[in-house]
Amino acid sequence: MRLRSLGLYGIGLTLAVSITACGGGQETSSTSAEPSSPAGASGGQRVDTATAGSLKGMVALEGAAPRNEPIRMNADPICVKEATGPQAQETFVVGSDGKTLGNVFVYVKDGLGDYVFDTPTEVAKIDQRQCRYHPHVFGMRVGQPLEISNSDPTLHNIHATPKNNQEFNTGQPIKDMKTTHTFTSAEVMVPFKCDVHGWMNAYVGVMEHPYYAVTGEDGAFELRDVPPGTYTIEAWHERLGPMTQSVTLAAKEAKEVTFTFKAPAAATN
Amino acid sequence: MLHRFSKFVCGSTVFLLLAGSLVTSTESGLSVPDWPTTYGWNMFTFPPSKWVGGIFYEHGHRLIASLVGLLTIVLAAWIWRVESRRWMKRLGAAALAAVIFQGILGGITVLYFLPAPVSTAHAALAEIFFSLTVAIALFTSPAWIRGDEAVDDAALRWVATAATGLIFAQILIGAAMRHTDAGLAIPDFPLMFGRLIPDHWDGKIAVHFAHRVGALVVTMAVFAAAGHVWRHHRARRLLTRPAGLFVILVAIQLTLGALTVITGREVWVNSVHLVCGALVLATSIVITLRSWRVAFAMPRAASAVGAEREADRAAAAALAVGRPGLQPDRGARA
Repeated sequence: MRLRSLGLYGIGLTLAVSITACGGGQETSSTSAEPSSPAGASGGQRVDTATAGSLKGMVALEGAAPRNEPIRMNADPICVKEATGPQAQETFVVGSDGKTLGNVFVYVKDGLGDYVFDTPTEVAKIDQRQCRYHPHVFGMRVGQPLEISNSDPTLHNIHATPKNNQEFNTGQPIKDMKTTHTFTSAEVMVPFKCDVHGWMNAYVGVMEHPYYAVTGEDGAFELRDVPPGTYTIEAWHERLGPMTQSVTLAAKEAKEVTFTFKAPAAATN
Repeated sequence: MLHRFSKFVCGSTVFLLLAGSLVTSTESGLSVPDWPTTYGWNMFTFPPSKWVGGIFYEHGHRLIASLVGLLTIVLAAWIWRVESRRWMKRLGAAALAAVIFQGILGGITVLYFLPAPVSTAHAALAEIFFSLTVAIALFTSPAWIRGDEAVDDAALRWVATAATGLIFAQILIGAAMRHTDAGLAIPDFPLMFGRLIPDHWDGKIAVHFAHRVGALVVTMAVFAAAGHVWRHHRARRLLTRPAGLFVILVAIQLTLGALTVITGREVWVNSVHLVCGALVLATSIVITLRSWRVAFAMPRAASAVGAEREADRAAAAALAVGRPGLQPDRGARA
């Protein structure tokens, strides 16, 4: 009797959760968990833009970048049709000279003290298009809505596997479906993956503050309106990991910062 | 007919095990995020055109599991209706309960993002359910009912039972290894980080190491059981045939285990390794149950009503001509 009750309870619970989790073509939204301390909600000093400076810099790559792993999309004929031509992972995005590194997330890791920042109201976006995530690496803020959309005429599941935030796995079986999610804790980085198409992956840096950037192929980045102070700046790459350096910024100063990663010896990644 | 159907259920379960192992080997377990629906569709109306990528494996696993569940319902009902052995009715009900609970566990593990303890329990219950179908197929066989070639050998009972227990424990370790992503925690074979014993440890390495040690222990147990059969019961084909198969399957299983590491967990090698492990367990269960056959011919069991006519006739004939064997398991009915 008890076992049967438990079984029924299990069925009821899982039915309820699955019905809630799967919108079946509707827009849905979710939140990682209850926010512990919403950014910008309480006391603390504001940045004085009159004295703020900037950190400009470059992420360089020493040595030859490994060849990106080729992707075979034939597990889904629609992906083959949507993404024409040879496909490869985006692990190493380098400049034309091969000496600058893109898709590196650069951010202020430490040193901001009790500065507070308003949570942006604009929506951060990630799209599933041609069976890839766009963008592959990006940053957003705690409490900021993230719009996840599916521009492909095939199914995707977007599965985030954070450590500090709530894991989620949402199906988007219909083209142009949209889902909104909000992260409640800072985390570098939150991996996204699609379990339907095993090659699809993306990374998002969730920040308490606005001082972050993602490098392009030219390796360049800029952090604007940074208040004077001494900071730990971190550059994170999905394969090469994090690299930090300490930077002291005076009032109104524009400082140059360079990170140099060493290319791994492996032929492919 | 019941025996044939129970063998069909048993075979279908092997297919289900393969489908389940392909889900984990291809890391497709979360490719369908919802349960019991599939992307909002009723599972049975989900369009085949959408069975792409990982969905093919996960959704296919769910459909095959549903079929096996349906077959188990029929099997349990059939047993309930025609069997006079009360413990057989209970066994059918246990198989049905196991497959229902297994389905719920599968759903829970998806909805909670494959927590290792739940996924490992799902794998363990799969083996238990498979073992139940093997046992039902054996108990409904004419040879079992007649008590053909039954032996009263305490040493065989001990060694076969121990082998079955060790194999099940080894399967549990393997499941834990699979669901904690420890399959390549020790990346080389036959050495371990170039040594006989790893020079550094963490949880995953310990689980992987335990599985390798377990393989040696199980191999010894299998050889002990098979060797005992060959030495003492060479004339009894109902024991020598599974004993021979036992040794062959273990040799294949060891090879597959080594290849799983060497190939970096190639999907089919990894999956067939799991299925072969289940077949080793099934073979061990058959030998073990046959070694315990004498316990099923006790007077109380024999006094059960509703004996199967065909089996009884065969048993009576066997007794009349003095064929080796025990009293028929007379509660049985096909």
